[in-house]
Amino acid sequence: MLRFAVRRLFLLVPILIGLSLLLFVWVRALPGTPAAALLGERATPAAVERFERQYGLDRPIHVQYWAYVKTIASGDLGTSVASRRPVITEIKERFPATVELALAAMLFAVCVGLPLGFVAAKRYGGVVDHGSLFLSLIGISIPIFFLGIILKYVFAVRLGWLPTVGRQDVLIDAEHPTGFYILDAIVTGNWEAALDAIKHLVLPAIALGSIPLAIIARITRASTLDVQNEDYVRTARAKGLPPRTVDGRHVLRNALLPVVTILGLQVGVLLGGAVLTETVFAIPGMGSWLKEAIFNHDYPVLMGGILFLAVIFVLVNLVVDLTYGLINPRIRVS
Amino acid sequence: MGKGIRFALVALALAAATAAFAASSGAQQKDTFVFGTEGDPVLIDGAYVSDGPSLRVIDHIFDTLVELKPGTTKVVPSLAQSWTTSKDGLKWTFNLRKGVKFTDGTPLNAAAVCGSFNRQYTFPGILQGENTNYYWFTVFGGYAKPATGNPGPDKSLYRGCKAVNNSTARIILNRRSSSFLAALVLPNFSIASPAALVKYRADDVTVGADGVIRPQGTFATQNPIGSGPYKLESWRIGDRLVLVRNENYWGTKPKLRRVIFRPISDNTARLQALQTGELDGLNSLAPQDVPAVSGNSSLKVLNRPAFNIGYVGINQKVAPLNNFKVRQAIAYGLDRRSVVTAFYAGRGTLANQFLPPLVEGYAKTGVPDYPYNPEKARALLQEAGVKLPLELEFWYPTDRPRPYMPDPPRNFQAFAASLERSGFKIVPHPAPWRGGYVGGLLSGQAALYLFGWTGDFGDPANFLNVHFGAENAQFGYNNPSIFNALKAADEETDLAKRTKLYEAASIQVMKFLPMVPYANNRPALAFKKNVKGYIPSPVEINENFALVSFG
Repeated sequence: MLRFAVRRLFLLVPILIGLSLLLFVWVRALPGTPAAALLGERATPAAVERFERQYGLDRPIHVQYWAYVKTIASGDLGTSVASRRPVITEIKERFPATVELALAAMLFAVCVGLPLGFVAAKRYGGVVDHGSLFLSLIGISIPIFFLGIILKYVFAVRLGWLPTVGRQDVLIDAEHPTGFYILDAIVTGNWEAALDAIKHLVLPAIALGSIPLAIIARITRASTLDVQNEDYVRTARAKGLPPRTVDGRHVLRNALLPVVTILGLQVGVLLGGAVLTETVFAIPGMGSWLKEAIFNHDYPVLMGGILFLAVIFVLVNLVVDLTYGLINPRIRVS
Repeated sequence: MGKGIRFALVALALAAATAAFAASSGAQQKDTFVFGTEGDPVLIDGAYVSDGPSLRVIDHIFDTLVELKPGTTKVVPSLAQSWTTSKDGLKWTFNLRKGVKFTDGTPLNAAAVCGSFNRQYTFPGILQGENTNYYWFTVFGGYAKPATGNPGPDKSLYRGCKAVNNSTARIILNRRSSSFLAALVLPNFSIASPAALVKYRADDVTVGADGVIRPQGTFATQNPIGSGPYKLESWRIGDRLVLVRNENYWGTKPKLRRVIFRPISDNTARLQALQTGELDGLNSLAPQDVPAVSGNSSLKVLNRPAFNIGYVGINQKVAPLNNFKVRQAIAYGLDRRSVVTAFYAGRGTLANQFLPPLVEGYAKTGVPDYPYNPEKARALLQEAGVKLPLELEFWYPTDRPRPYMPDPPRNFQAFAASLERSGFKIVPHPAPWRGGYVGGLLSGQAALYLFGWTGDFGDPANFLNVHFGAENAQFGYNNPSIFNALKAADEETDLAKRTKLYEAASIQVMKFLPMVPYANNRPALAFKKNVKGYIPSPVEINENFALVSFG
């Protein structure tokens, strides 16, 4: 197990080198330059030249890449061209927001998707089954930003139940030692802030969770249908185990295996979806930050931010693979 | 079996309970004003920034020598109670208000004033230029120790500053300039606490291995110390920036204790936050959202006077655009009125000159008129001796609506169609705004193009001299008569005479037609109905939150 994990971690190195090279070429292949993006109407040729000298963009591209690799190797991710702050500082400020949002979205997707898929399978062909199919199709096909705007319109603008932007009411002065607002509020015993942070998460989590929800529901349903017809389930029923035990111990547990694999892959979906969700809900996370960076051609932010997310993605999938081993002893043995 | 359903029901019930609780809270505290902006400030230090969100905050934390009368472009006293100009127009002596203190308790005196100006004049090479030091570079144009390729003291308008006594500061210029005073209202030339600049290492900047500059101190992020009506309380990027009243402010004290700026880049999200009461007001209401706000009984729209100009640019380096008759034909061939009527949502007005109406020097009479007239355009082309139809490449941006141009592609389509009826054959050249469009225009690659300008400060020089005061690649002409007229107007320090000179210059530009102006557009802001005292200013960064209260 340990060797497996270490080997996977070592694989990160070539992945990161390849990715950094790809990113480096890709962000520079985007039409336009940071100078044009940031100077706008004022980007005269002389101004662009001065800008590129200040930001080292007038050097040959291989020199720039080498300088970038050296910067990264020294544990630095560079400095944002737009905000002039270290990329690492910004990641520290923004990553917790994205993690909190992604966890909330995942929680929503699992809590609703799993039971929905399971019940749909148990009531195969019934109303719940068709209803879950309908919901899944909607979840997959509605663009996140559109769903976000609609949710806000109904639950915030019309009904006035929930807030529409940010992570916390601006009139609440809470401390944020970790940057995870709910955790911070609980640690500091500020229950008003905790509840407020949760309120701010509800709509974004539903919007972002809609796609994984649909996928989880469909996979759970399909794998439950498969497992229910297995011999060992029939045996369990035949020896007279109560239906609840059969479902819980034999059907659900085995049906969960493919779902867990899918969960790991959903991290990518969540991080991608965070770009739109954070923009629509004005959440200061990694997603809205990268969106701005694309608009501004902020090379260091794009490089540093995406590399960081890539590492997170690989690590999460590693954890999922390890968890898979825990749930399914066969994997560990082989 | 019913477990899943039960689970879903519990989840739903929880959500509903949360929602119900949400509805019960949310009472608005009346001493805090929450304003939604398009983005975060970059840094809270006028020496380093040129973006609206930064300047808006800087304007409230710091004071300038002079300021604008709210809602106008008229310069009135601020830190300087009065000022005099020497006969040669080179020495400006400012009599400072006495007893003013920075929020760190140190006195605001003539030495502090000179220190703030000298600071930017002596910036090291890495901080020089449009990106890091835009307004100093634009207004004063030179540095004490220029980096290679940058302008030095010989090009600088600023020569030096002398603290005559504790409350008298004298700024010495290298040449006469009248726009100098108007530029001093910019938050970029506000006066910062000299002690704080040192203590919080405002100018400690390094260059990383990747070549990018990196400020090291905390002055511009946590400790901006000025003498303005507000102080910085806290700033969490992407979330909120909180200003709190400066209880020792020398002027009229702000009515509200706190102002909070919330960055919300998405237009719809910003509007929804106003509708739910999470904001008390917002900047940049999209034109298509104006009816939604004006139709809502608890909200209201305020209009910011137009301070921009949309124009069709002409590059005279491209023949036969150097022929005046061809340029006249273009002016007659553009159906400007239809474009302004169709694509500006009722917020645009037809422009007949480069200066917006609010700027001193706007000519009320005598401006040549170019109403849409395809026949006349054709006739002019024939007189010019060109073969019809005259083929022209016309550049337009595919994205990025600008304040002066809400819908670039449609502006282009309408203009192209009207030009084609007037004896031209238009070759479209679309390009992304940041993907080569602006760079292409400014380096002189385009023949005909859609472009525009939003004023930096309320002065005709910032419109006319910037564009037509010297030869440049964008317009591609050399007309010493216009260059001299604009130089003379800028050097005139007598306001009445200067206004006359600029009126004449504005007309002269329109008689030469380096571009065809077509639209001034009024940006909209939205507020809760009970918000009082917000005065929209043509120069949006000068809007004063200290006057705002709830009715």
